Amino acid sequence: MDVQTLTYLVVGVTFAVYIGIAIKTRAGSTKEFYVAGGGVPPILNGMATAADWMSAASFISLAGIVSFVGYDGSVYIMGWTGGYVLLALLMVPYLRKFGKFTVPDFIGDRYYSQSARTVAVICAIFISFTYIAGQMRGVGVVFSRFLEVEVDTGVYIGMCVVFFYAVLGGMKGITYTQVAQYCVMIFAFMVPAVFLSIMMTGHIFPQLGFGAELLDATGNSSSVYLLDKLDGLSTELGFAQYTEGSKDMIDVLFITGALMFGTAGLPHVIVRFFTVPRVRDARSSAGWTLLFIAIMYTTIPALASFSRVNMIQSINGPESQGVPHAEAPLWIENWEKTGLIKWDDKNSDGKMFYSNDERNEMNVDRDIIVLATPEMANLPAWVIALMAAGGLAAALSTSAGLLLVISTSVSHDLLKKNLMPNISDNKELMYARMASGAGIIMAGYFGINPPGFVAAVVAIAFGLAASSLFPAITMGIFSTKMNKEGAIAGMLAGLSFTTIYIVYFKFVNPAANVSENWLFGVSPEGIGMLGMVINFAVAILVCRITAPTPQAVVDMVESIRFPKGAGEAQDH
Amino acid sequence: MSFEDSDKAKGYWNENLKLVIKLLVIWAFVSFGCGILLVDILNEFSFMGFKLGFWFAQQGSIYVFLILIFVYVKKSNTLDKKYGVDE
Repeated sequence: MDVQTLTYLVVGVTFAVYIGIAIKTRAGSTKEFYVAGGGVPPILNGMATAADWMSAASFISLAGIVSFVGYDGSVYIMGWTGGYVLLALLMVPYLRKFGKFTVPDFIGDRYYSQSARTVAVICAIFISFTYIAGQMRGVGVVFSRFLEVEVDTGVYIGMCVVFFYAVLGGMKGITYTQVAQYCVMIFAFMVPAVFLSIMMTGHIFPQLGFGAELLDATGNSSSVYLLDKLDGLSTELGFAQYTEGSKDMIDVLFITGALMFGTAGLPHVIVRFFTVPRVRDARSSAGWTLLFIAIMYTTIPALASFSRVNMIQSINGPESQGVPHAEAPLWIENWEKTGLIKWDDKNSDGKMFYSNDERNEMNVDRDIIVLATPEMANLPAWVIALMAAGGLAAALSTSAGLLLVISTSVSHDLLKKNLMPNISDNKELMYARMASGAGIIMAGYFGINPPGFVAAVVAIAFGLAASSLFPAITMGIFSTKMNKEGAIAGMLAGLSFTTIYIVYFKFVNPAANVSENWLFGVSPEGIGMLGMVINFAVAILVCRITAPTPQAVVDMVESIRFPKGAGEAQDH
Repeated sequence: MSFEDSDKAKGYWNENLKLVIKLLVIWAFVSFGCGILLVDILNEFSFMGFKLGFWFAQQGSIYVFLILIFVYVKKSNTLDKKYGVDE
């Protein structure tokens, strides 16, 4: 069977499984739709959250980014894992005890204010929309790369599948589907990484092969460490040293921080922990989530370095003299057809050469690092088919989680809690499904007509989460004194500072987006952390000069600080 | 009120805060400290074939994060039992 047929087969089977699970676990009440009935075992919830969290970008692009920037890529590796420590220690046990459905629920009740709830709803919807636009595009791209259909057709197929299980199944449906998607995704990612590790270093675990000595052509140890080799190659070819990077330390610090605190403030991650039965389950579930993410996130940098060495050696040859194009490995030829690798024989010697100076003749897209690994490791066609299924699983699982936040925000936070407090459970469920459907159509629209600024708005999503929701939630738990005036002022200050800074450098005046013009040398990607500090500072100041928190709210805060008495998540 | 008296409630919360602060100090030390601020110093040392600072930034910090969460799970469950506020 050729690759094409196999890919259709594997993708078809996985889609059938997702839809089958969705039919079996469809939601019958708002509680099942919003929080899966509150009965998801912590390990399964960990898997589902990991799938929810790891997007098409994590699966397809992250290893490529790390591969091209080396140490600088650590901001994503640490930033997108460290946030779970904050979630586990500072947020989820208390929010689980609080026991309602959404993040705006907590902000609205804790700060006894509809305005606070509205600010939180706007943040939640905005953050989720910026994210989902990229996901639908990811679905289309995977389809077009592996199945040779139009990107648009791929987006339509993805929309149909997500529509089916997110609208029908709600949180309950997507949770169990995400468990299946996690398995597909991690298997697809690990198989080529393990084989590449064995091929290059003789280690089964990529995490160990990462630090090991390279094997030479005969399979014996060459007594050159992989990373030393990589540093040597980088210097020789005019790149920054792989293990040192080139970003300023202050910027690395702030970007890492913004991603960590942003992760801890993302609504689609937080709500996952409302689905487990008890407070102690919420704590352990955060640990399981990080474990499942760590399997992939400790492999990503290893894969990045294997592929980097492999790619450079395939193009430049062992002696760095260049390899004649006619003798290039098959994967280079294959990916040249897609335009992701381009060769321009500038000195007309018939040889390829890759470097960061005038000798360079290659244009290599970063996504190659993951997409071409099965071929680099000489793996059979079914592994390539698996990669396609894995990429789709990553994109679909994240889209579904985000759609749920969008639909919940509309039906629960806007309608039930704000505009139409008297609607019945069935009506609310119907509105949730309608909002979910409308969300898919909008996401599909952005997938087909991608705004050129997707990468830029992701920075806004994390910046907003870090500078608005994270401080409001943590202060709501750890201070009984923080009042509504303080929280609202803080959120607005953090939010507007961060948004203005990012919008200025990304859209208004992109030419000025260089480190000399940045405040304290912090790039727009990292500014959310400064926004967070501003939020805290403004909130504390305003709180001091305004009326104290009502006693009922103080009692509520004290009651969420210990686990006993946490019922299932419910609508009081 | 699930605590016997307000002193117990205060005691529980203070112990909890101490635990959380301790773990967060380690969290910040391995990521912001070892992975970023001290990276050049640590890179002078070699660890399992890695420069140590680089290892913390791309591997070690994640392992420590994991340990931190599971330590917190264990300790906070014990704390709940001690004060009789477990589920």
